[in-house]
Amino acid sequence: MTMSSRLPEPYGQGSGANLADILERVLDKGIVIAGDIRINLLDIELLTIKLRLIVASVDKAKEMGIDWWEDDPALSSGARRKELARENAELRERLAQLESAEEEEEAP
Amino acid sequence: MTGLRYVYAVCRPFRSALQAQLSGVAGAPPKQLTHHGLIAVVSTVPEADFAEEPLRAHLEDLDWLTATARAHQTVIDALTAVTTPLPLRLATVFRDDSGVRTMMEAREEDFRRVLDRLEGRVEWGVKVYAETEPTEAGKPTEPAKPTGLTEPAEAGRPEPKAVSGRDYLRRRRMQTRAREDVWHRAAAFAGRLHEKLSSFAEDSRLHAPQNSALSRAPGQNVLNAAYLVPRADSEEFVELVDRAKDDAPGIRVELTGPWAAYSFTGEFAQEEPEVGS
Repeated sequence: MTMSSRLPEPYGQGSGANLADILERVLDKGIVIAGDIRINLLDIELLTIKLRLIVASVDKAKEMGIDWWEDDPALSSGARRKELARENAELRERLAQLESAEEEEEAP
Repeated sequence: MTGLRYVYAVCRPFRSALQAQLSGVAGAPPKQLTHHGLIAVVSTVPEADFAEEPLRAHLEDLDWLTATARAHQTVIDALTAVTTPLPLRLATVFRDDSGVRTMMEAREEDFRRVLDRLEGRVEWGVKVYAETEPTEAGKPTEPAKPTGLTEPAEAGRPEPKAVSGRDYLRRRRMQTRAREDVWHRAAAFAGRLHEKLSSFAEDSRLHAPQNSALSRAPGQNVLNAAYLVPRADSEEFVELVDRAKDDAPGIRVELTGPWAAYSFTGEFAQEEPEVGS
């Protein structure tokens, strides 16, 4: 760490920064201003959830303590729930396939 | 040249120059748009990618989103090095400069109020992970560090294949117990660390733990926090975190930053966009 700069050297940023750290901030945390190009931000929020669920099923995510969307009013409408439920079912099925393939591999 | 205006941040005028090579989203260099003594940092982006329809389609494309988010963050980082920027959410786009000026005028008081509060402060991210064993038995792993939590005889060596169903189940049970133990210790450690850091920092926010599938960070994320710290106190904050790393076997502490104060712009009156078109 150089003492001459005003700030300590950056930690974990630049091209090697964790994608989750960056998305968490630029998608979820920046100031929201409606520009001339209107994008429904719920679309973006839903997208970040998709990202979070890419590999983990809801059960897995809960096991890891990730359950914040359950209390998110933006996600509590029936349509979104249904969409998520469908997606979760698919993910769970896929996970079950992967797990059973793995069990077969490791069975004596 | 036609194109839309992508706005990264709003800040006060600053004297230091931005990096010469800096390029923003879609490759164009960011420029400063001054209005009423405030600066919007903007760059030109092609309508073919940033008009409503293509933008919506792009946001579903993980590769595009990743590249755009990184480019956005690169500009915010460059600004953070020279001033205190108010970072706007990804993809804040206007038709032209006059649209940006109109927005700045409409939100001028909000910008000034939040700039006053955040002036000279940066955000540090601190995450705590429980370094648990992989959940799937038999999966190839890095050589396990002997933590004293695995079965003593097996520590540091690849585990042999289970010879019977009972052995297999017993091993799974012990692994589960070891994981829970690390988890509980990590959670308690995280609580103490957060208490210490938040009393040093001016403000703090707790974020949802990250999914390792997205962060690609090993272990289970038990604390994901952001701290607002004056630049002048940053060295000391970093040392505080560094010292905490020392006596925590099986627990990993990760520090990121300095970030623009993303997590502390909440008091800015959030404007709901019109939904749909």
